[in-house]
Amino acid sequence: MNIIFIILNSLIDILLVVVPLFLIVAYTTYSERKIIGFMQSRMGPTRVGPYGMLQPIADIIKLLTKEIIIPSNANKGLFLTAPIIMLVPSLLVWSVIPLSEYFVIANINAGLLFILALTSLSVYGVILAGWASNSKYAFLGSMRSAAQIIAYEIAMGFALVGVLMAAGSLNLQEIIISQKGGIIHWYWIPLFPLFIIYLISGIAETNRAPFDVSEGESEIVAGFHVEYSGITFAMFFLAEYMNLILISILVSIMFFGGWLSPFESTFLEHYFNWIPGFIWLSIKTLFFIFLFLWLRATLPRYRYDQIMRLGWKVFLPITLVWIFLEGFMIYYKIQPWFSV
Amino acid sequence: MNAELIIFYLFSIFLIISSMRVVISNNPVKSAIYLVFSFFCSAVLWLLLGAEFLSVILILVYVGAVMVLFLFVVMMLDINLSEITSGFVKYLNEGIFVFIIMSALLILFFQNQFADTNKNIITEIIIISDSNTKNLGYILYTEYILAFEIAAVILLLGIISAITLTHKKKSDNKFQDPDMQVNVKKEDRIFIVKDEDSK
Repeated sequence: MNIIFIILNSLIDILLVVVPLFLIVAYTTYSERKIIGFMQSRMGPTRVGPYGMLQPIADIIKLLTKEIIIPSNANKGLFLTAPIIMLVPSLLVWSVIPLSEYFVIANINAGLLFILALTSLSVYGVILAGWASNSKYAFLGSMRSAAQIIAYEIAMGFALVGVLMAAGSLNLQEIIISQKGGIIHWYWIPLFPLFIIYLISGIAETNRAPFDVSEGESEIVAGFHVEYSGITFAMFFLAEYMNLILISILVSIMFFGGWLSPFESTFLEHYFNWIPGFIWLSIKTLFFIFLFLWLRATLPRYRYDQIMRLGWKVFLPITLVWIFLEGFMIYYKIQPWFSV
Repeated sequence: MNAELIIFYLFSIFLIISSMRVVISNNPVKSAIYLVFSFFCSAVLWLLLGAEFLSVILILVYVGAVMVLFLFVVMMLDINLSEITSGFVKYLNEGIFVFIIMSALLILFFQNQFADTNKNIITEIIIISDSNTKNLGYILYTEYILAFEIAAVILLLGIISAITLTHKKKSDNKFQDPDMQVNVKKEDRIFIVKDEDSK
């Protein structure tokens, strides 16, 4: 009886996260088309529903009902597993994300490491999709993308090493609590270079503009998922947008105090006490999602050798130097961040 | 039968099957993927032992980094499949020889090592916290600092020697110097030709 209760409880927890997540992904695609449209003096989708609000629903129905075309001579098993391998890690990561001070599906000790390990798995989806498609363009796209993901993963990992040094814990709730005390106590000030590097590497890791050479429409059509159609394509799409939201929420947690209020320990504190932590986290996350869409509308695509140079020769040395400096800051207990 | 035991046996069976498929599979890419899966299974087994740090690091380093590069190389190489599959019986004698020696050594090792089980339990560890990540970090940076640093230096040496072996300046290198690209001026690219006749 007890075990049934536990299973039911965690099932409800999972549904509470996954169902809203899918809705958010659907409306991120809508807002992306709308925001980029406005930035480029267009209207974006307007036809389906009021202000085109039902466009993502129509897209989903279209993708679900389309045929899955498997190319001849493709490795059928791997071709169909690749989207699943892509999607599962990006869904799994959400189990350790603290969405408010009370709600997290699994509050594990090695949360940060768990996130790093799972985000490093999504590269398999890209590589296998490119290889199994038996297509030159898909293979080129996946090779580009894999090299890029490996390069930026290292800088990303080191940026997070900085965060865990400052917090003294791998547990995400403890990382947030260690930033307590208002906007100046958040880690974006002492770890500013690491924050910038994490943000940029996050964009590169999710293969979004200006680092979207793996898709490179003008050179290699659509990159690793060029042969995919229908629901298999939708899964790649879903994983990409889920990673985008994930990076935004991780930046908010690691450098912007997660569900903490920015007005803590100021005179404004008790005016904003009634706002739950979840709302603060959502505001921060939505801002970073908007930033990613904004960058896509603004910046041209990077050249491939410049991407590699930026990852290996610029970001990696900066993170190493800053971790060293941070060690000094912790040793000399620089206030107000490193008081313990 | 509790859930832990079921998970243990399930993933042990998966581990054994996928490790065998690494050797048997005739497609090198499939072998690499089975190797990834066997790493994953052993990470689950470590997790069952309560070593959450080691198991997540196994996934992060071996699955997330090493095997990706491995897969990368295997896919880029144009490997003749018929050559690989034909060699399976050809090297059977040598294979059996190596198998016998390896298993003999392993049996010897385990009989010596685990004959007295108390010998293997490390008792004099200062446990500073209930988190096994913290304990591991503490031990690595106090008791075993020398071995840890030596391992780090050896790895660094490996990286540097691999780079010096492969990195040669080629004459047909088309590398563009980013400093020169950034500092380029209008005069370097455009000549303004005065049209004399139009006056």
